[in-house]
Amino acid sequence: MSEVLLEVQNLKTYFTITKGKVKAVDGVSFTLNKGESIGLVGESGCGKTTTALSVIRLLPKEGNVEGGKIIFEGNDITNLEEEKLSDFRWKEVSMIFQGAMNALNPVKRVCDQIAEPILLHEKISKTEAMKRVKELFELVELDTNLMYSYPHEFSGGMRQRAIIAMALACNPKLIIGDEPTTALDVMVQAQILDLINDLRKKLNMSMIMITHDLSIITETCDKVAIMYAGKIVELGETEEVVTNSLHPYTKMLISAFPNIYGERKMVDSIPGDPPDLYNPPEGCRFAQRCHMVNSKVCIPEESPPLIDYTGEGHFVACHLWRNSNV
Amino acid sequence: MCENTKNIIEINDLEVNFKIKQGFYEEYIKRDKKIVRAVDKVNLNIGKGEIVSLVGESGSGKTSTGRALLQLTPISSGNIVFDGEEIKLNDKEYMKNFRKRAQMIFQDPYQSLNPRFTVFDIVTEPLLFTNSKARIAEKEVLALKALEFAGLRPAAEYLYRYPHELSGGQRQRVSIATCFIMSPDFIIADEPVSMLDASVRADILKLFVSMKEQQGTSFLFITHDLALAWLISNRVAIMYLGKIMESGPADLIADGCLHPYSQALTSVLAMVGEKKKTKRIVLKDETPSPLKVPKGCRFHTRCPVSRPYCSEVEPEYREINPGHFIYCHYPQKII
Repeated sequence: MSEVLLEVQNLKTYFTITKGKVKAVDGVSFTLNKGESIGLVGESGCGKTTTALSVIRLLPKEGNVEGGKIIFEGNDITNLEEEKLSDFRWKEVSMIFQGAMNALNPVKRVCDQIAEPILLHEKISKTEAMKRVKELFELVELDTNLMYSYPHEFSGGMRQRAIIAMALACNPKLIIGDEPTTALDVMVQAQILDLINDLRKKLNMSMIMITHDLSIITETCDKVAIMYAGKIVELGETEEVVTNSLHPYTKMLISAFPNIYGERKMVDSIPGDPPDLYNPPEGCRFAQRCHMVNSKVCIPEESPPLIDYTGEGHFVACHLWRNSNV
Repeated sequence: MCENTKNIIEINDLEVNFKIKQGFYEEYIKRDKKIVRAVDKVNLNIGKGEIVSLVGESGSGKTSTGRALLQLTPISSGNIVFDGEEIKLNDKEYMKNFRKRAQMIFQDPYQSLNPRFTVFDIVTEPLLFTNSKARIAEKEVLALKALEFAGLRPAAEYLYRYPHELSGGQRQRVSIATCFIMSPDFIIADEPVSMLDASVRADILKLFVSMKEQQGTSFLFITHDLALAWLISNRVAIMYLGKIMESGPADLIADGCLHPYSQALTSVLAMVGEKKKTKRIVLKDETPSPLKVPKGCRFHTRCPVSRPYCSEVEPEYREINPGHFIYCHYPQKII
């Protein structure tokens, strides 16, 4: 089980704008084993979607991977050419897009849309592809009689199921879920998360889950990476990170979520705004908003590396931790 | 103004219907008129200085209820009593005063602010109706005070900016300042934090609580997030398909709700860093179409503990404990 599927090493993805470069992702590293799921969590603009788009190589034309490596099953795919990429995308890695409402083409039947990647990637006839679509519909617990409907006849939850079916069309090894449940109601969200968990177990898939909602991560992911301003600040087993968080940002993020089983007290917010990534601050990027900041260490020194201080696979990028242990 | 009334708003048997537009044949030959009952006989009181949350899925009628309260959607039947008096739609003077005292904060701060207005224009726009002779300097003072309250500090720096220069949280603060400048007695907040990051959400919620505490403002907080409703409100009402399923003190949510729907909703809430104490009840299928509301109890099609009686007779909205109302034949703990 512990075979490495994806390895991201020191990934740097920059966006070129007229002023210069926006460092959206700046030195992100993580590994993902087969059958494992990792959650990328952070505020909007922290680089979590950009990281995922870099992995599947779907960055907009302004975005470039300017450093680091992405290794998928032992092959470096950082500089793969466009022709080879089309083999890689959807067959190896596929994506569940955010906003199920807009991700489907309104003028094509749902079954045709799901069959499209199958016909593109596999040399099979249309009838065979349709048979496969039918299986996929059963897999995601959609009524197969609705195969020939148009997207507007589907509810939000059903569309999200159709999009999951599409992502599974070519049996990928890795699925990237970009906020797959954000626009859905609580109950539908619970249904979709259950479905994703079941499918992952059934098909032994790996997953990268992108969300800003920590509670979704605790339900679906084995590992979690907390991102802030283009960097991972904490990485480890979900259970461990959530119950025993080390980085001040993670602690503040967790306390921003109310817990109905605990004491009823007002949640905390994180004062200030995330830094401008066009011109990121020197030193630790969280220092301006950190309540534990030590101005002698955090700001003058360069940004802290991600280090496993506990020796149990719980990484944290914080100067204060280094100083307290050394 | 009657000072002795306890409730700022009393909703009695409120109904909001929407007519469905159909083709010529259905409409005039078959005379088959289709009506969506978005809000179906809702009863709810909001006390002075109280925050009441209206929780529900999309399509449950929570926003329609809110809009109907402010007369932004015509009501089909029932009545709304505002501060001891029924709302007089035809009385212009009364409505002007009513509009001043009851305000709304909208969901999407990216769309509810006019992109061509500066923050000053947006915040002082309501003054055109109430205080139209005010000089710019006077307005500036008021606007600064409102922005300062909404947490945009230093306020002078934000006064002549445009909405596109602000972040989502800052925009929502501008909306709140616009409300605050009228010093209303009653605010309807329609999903005010659903578009915001968790890290800025708390500050906006704190503003509501401090408005309530400092000025005695009453709130109807419309949300789909049960945990937030539990956090800030005094009372909570859970809606499903146009009806309130259960309402009562906010602590009900944590422990003590008796309607199967509310129990299912609370059971699927994921809590950060909390081991699940109870089993999850994931309801099957989806909410039925409001065009075809099921017979009997409207929740019986998805209810995990429905009995034959439920599909025949519609339950009444009744008080089972003081202040705890429920729409269910067999209220019971199912977790």
